[in-house]
Amino acid sequence: MSNKFRLSTGGQINRTERISFKFNGKIFFGFKGDTLASALLANGVHLVGRSFKYHRPRGIFSSGAEETNALVQIINGKNKNDPNLRATQIEIFEGFNAESQNCWPTVNFDLGAINNLFSPIIPAGFYYKTFMWPANLWGKYEHFIRRAAGLGKSPTENDPDIYDHKYYHCDVLIVGAGPAGLSAANVAIKAGKKVLLVDERHHFGGDLSFAEEEITKINDLKPLDWIKKTYSELQNNKNIMILNRTSVAAYHNYNYLIMMQNLSDHLSEKEKKGKIRQRLWKVRAKKVILATGSIERPMVFDCNDRPGIMLSSAVRKYINYYGVKCGNNVVIFTNNDDAYETAISLHNRGVKIQAIVDIREQSNGTLPKKCNELGIKILWKNTIVYTEGYKKINKVHVMRLSNDNSSIIGNKLKIKCDLLCVSGGYTPAVHLFTQSGGKLIYNEEKYYFHPKSTSLNQISVGSCNGIFNLKKIIEETQTKTNEFLNLNHNEQLNITESKSGDFENIWLLPSDKVSGKTKPFVDYQNDTTANDIKLALREGYKSIEHVKRYTTTGMATDQGKIGNMHALGIVSKITNTKMGELGTTTFRPPYSPLTFGAIVGRNVKQFFDIVRKTPIHTWHEKHGAKFEDVGQWKRAWYYPNKNESMYEAVQRESKAARNDSGILDASTLGKIDIQGTDASEFLNRVYTNAWSKLAIGKCRYGLMLNDDGMVYDDGVTTRLGENHYIMTTTTGGAASVMNKLEDFLQTEWPELKVYLTSVTDHFATVSVCGPHSKKILEKVVKNVDFSDQNFPHMSFKEGLVDNIKCRVMRISFTGELSYEINIQSNYGQATWKKCMDAGKEFKITPYGTEAMHLLRAEKGFIIAGQETDGTITPIDLQMDWIISKKKYDFIGKRSLYRSDTMRENRKHLVGLLTDDPKEILEEGAQIVEEVKNKPPMDMLGHVTSSYYSPNLNKSIALAVIKNGKKLKGKKLFVPMPDKTIEVTVSDSVFLDKEGNRLNA
Amino acid sequence: MFIIKCPYCGDRDHSEFSYGGEAHIVRPKQPTELSDDQWAEYLFMRKNIKGLQYERWNHAHGCRRWFNMGRDTSNDKIHSVYKMGEKPEK
Ligand SMILES: [Zn+2]
Repeated sequence: MSNKFRLSTGGQINRTERISFKFNGKIFFGFKGDTLASALLANGVHLVGRSFKYHRPRGIFSSGAEETNALVQIINGKNKNDPNLRATQIEIFEGFNAESQNCWPTVNFDLGAINNLFSPIIPAGFYYKTFMWPANLWGKYEHFIRRAAGLGKSPTENDPDIYDHKYYHCDVLIVGAGPAGLSAANVAIKAGKKVLLVDERHHFGGDLSFAEEEITKINDLKPLDWIKKTYSELQNNKNIMILNRTSVAAYHNYNYLIMMQNLSDHLSEKEKKGKIRQRLWKVRAKKVILATGSIERPMVFDCNDRPGIMLSSAVRKYINYYGVKCGNNVVIFTNNDDAYETAISLHNRGVKIQAIVDIREQSNGTLPKKCNELGIKILWKNTIVYTEGYKKINKVHVMRLSNDNSSIIGNKLKIKCDLLCVSGGYTPAVHLFTQSGGKLIYNEEKYYFHPKSTSLNQISVGSCNGIFNLKKIIEETQTKTNEFLNLNHNEQLNITESKSGDFENIWLLPSDKVSGKTKPFVDYQNDTTANDIKLALREGYKSIEHVKRYTTTGMATDQGKIGNMHALGIVSKITNTKMGELGTTTFRPPYSPLTFGAIVGRNVKQFFDIVRKTPIHTWHEKHGAKFEDVGQWKRAWYYPNKNESMYEAVQRESKAARNDSGILDASTLGKIDIQGTDASEFLNRVYTNAWSKLAIGKCRYGLMLNDDGMVYDDGVTTRLGENHYIMTTTTGGAASVMNKLEDFLQTEWPELKVYLTSVTDHFATVSVCGPHSKKILEKVVKNVDFSDQNFPHMSFKEGLVDNIKCRVMRISFTGELSYEINIQSNYGQATWKKCMDAGKEFKITPYGTEAMHLLRAEKGFIIAGQETDGTITPIDLQMDWIISKKKYDFIGKRSLYRSDTMRENRKHLVGLLTDDPKEILEEGAQIVEEVKNKPPMDMLGHVTSSYYSPNLNKSIALAVIKNGKKLKGKKLFVPMPDKTIEVTVSDSVFLDKEGNRLNA
Repeated sequence: MFIIKCPYCGDRDHSEFSYGGEAHIVRPKQPTELSDDQWAEYLFMRKNIKGLQYERWNHAHGCRRWFNMGRDTSNDKIHSVYKMGEKPEK
């Protein structure tokens, strides 16, 4: 394939660097500096995709981020497929490979195009109307619809690329490096400010970079020469950083902006190696200057969507910047003078202009005059009513407009062509401005919205502010930037430009056909026509937001950058509402789509979330432990021997803990050091039971509620001294308990002298239980008298492991005689090993969290978060004994006397025994009194914990059941998908009700 | 994403703070004297203001102190930041 549409000279591509690439399986070549779009056009390829609903052939339409048709998918193995990219933005490299999207099976033969034949029966809201009702049919259609409509393929394997995040602070951020952005930067650097200038394109200068050099001159320089000179002067200034290929995705309050910088997508595979693909910038700017430019509008007429119909400014860019002519026989359709510049550029480079169709009566600008002199035919007060050509335009039908522009008159003129340039004027790119909370105002004479007011430290300059004349853009940008930065640095530039602002607007051009027979597209990507909008209005949709959702106009990946204004204009016309009163739909971030990779950055795999490991972790690993996640912690779950299943391991560990001795790593329990003269009073207020009389050296179990009376957390607190306690919390609740206690101390009880310190990570906790635990402790911990008299249950002693101080608590979560050694973290593993050695003769067995849960369930001890779920009070748990009747108040007390918490038929914690002792219930299973043939059945409650108890040789379970307190001995049912399990309500303590084992 | 001026640390990024709901709701000193309705009023009822709202914030990833803030919920403009126990500026 040859570049038969490439001019022999000119353009900013590097003609010495030839690049071959693949598109839809075919090999083409282009040059370094080409976008996929410019390279395809150079090869004469316009058809690049199919439309979403009707699968109509679509061609490259624009030259930038606003592209609505040319969505492609990059093909690069299983892990780098990249869908939804705009061919107008992708820079090609050697070996580049992409495919069209939205076509099945191929772009040239598309089965979905059959929709086009049926299009009269696929109007707006078609999907809603047909497939949303009846709901059960949706499943039948969904597969087909999704396949037919598909927006690209996602990769099936992990993304191998590197992404990065960067935080950046600057004095002035300038978004857009067109003439306005460059001028603003020129002023800003004079102030010695730290300036960041970004542009989404790979080049600078904005639309000025492809202006016709015969027409535009700045200080006698050609536009590109002025841009290059200005850029290099800026670049030499140390106060400024300039980034290209960097698109602002979101503009948040307080001048916080998210930008994505593309660092290596444009490089060949070889050059990419080891480089960061994209970087997400999180920028805080003291001041922001928006110079985001404007987007050219199309014209809305019948069949305005064929390949070969392009924006006039895009055609100008392709010929002037890339040296590519988009056609050989051109018709230009316009309502303004800007399109005449395109005509002159094309004409000067040998492209035949068949005609310029202008809806205006006349223009007294110099460009139309010049075109006249060049002998270009201009058809004033005419409109295009139809185009011909299936995969490429080949003819336009032109008719004269009536005086009031509401209809057409006279005879039809048919003009052959292979390219139609459309120019409907420019829309200021106010997307970022509105994202930042700025308010817009509608200019009724110029037909566009422009910035009105903002509460941020921000200005808009250039064409995004509704100024389109180059001289005015540069002068006003200088003035506004000086004012904005309190400076006075004006530079007089000598600017030659001959565009005039005369402009006439018709949102929907009249046609010679009835409206049902036409296809005037407004949103190309979502296939919304002006008729769909009319239909939505007829069906009663009035708000522009509703019309948008019903017709899906502006909801495609381009977010209506091209067609939004026409949709508004048509609604405004039909409803006879002023545009300003209609308002715009909301522009939401991102302005251009972001990759997930850039959003995630380096926060993947082990960096995705913090992983906390105890000081004994490596020992567990070495001994084959399986781990479970508890909050951010990795906790040893069970330690399977060779070939042992989880069930077998847990049974063995649980038995050993009761019969011989067990050892558990309890380091993850939250620990809060509480000191201060009001520490006892503080505990009185946060726990349900009384603390003032707890003797020094004693431990007590406490239940903490929320003020709504529901159980929040639990744990043992030890009084270390007169004004000194150490509180333990659940592993998962540590941080939130700490926060809650701090909150109360700082905000409700600032008068209390209490100081809290989280010491969870400071101590390792080794828990040894079982009948031999005392003997093991005696071998490991020195300076402690372990006799029951001196060291009874629920008390604490200080001792030494070798010469290291430790705290030993005699407390039990298993119901066995049990000790916890708390020692400085870094001695945790040594202490653990000492216990293992000392326990060898007593068959000490490490047990994990699963066996711990089983052991405590045998004793009916609750786990906050397992037996409780934020709707359970201590009374529901049948733990009335822990609620102090004497205390005037504690957190949650008042709520225990609310009518709802005192209600009779609340769910209570009970035990459940299966009639078949081998049957193990599923945790979460529902419990009923009466089994019906099929759901729904009245549910009484659910199973909260369930195990096979190796010590009792039967299945046990805890459950919360409506009115459970009164149901002891009652037979209930647990219906499962394949059977119904019969159970009997029992006491929740299954083993050693008297607590004899604590003193074994 | 605001910039919040912690009364103890100064300007810091939003991400360092956590939100703590409506401010100036005092926990009753004598809950037992309250009717169910009065207690429910304290416990559950919160305003949902469009406009200037006083709310609690915690400099969670900083000094860990709680403080109050007057914020316009319609545009996130922060009008005042003041310590616990203090009254908002008028
Ligand atoms: Zn602070």
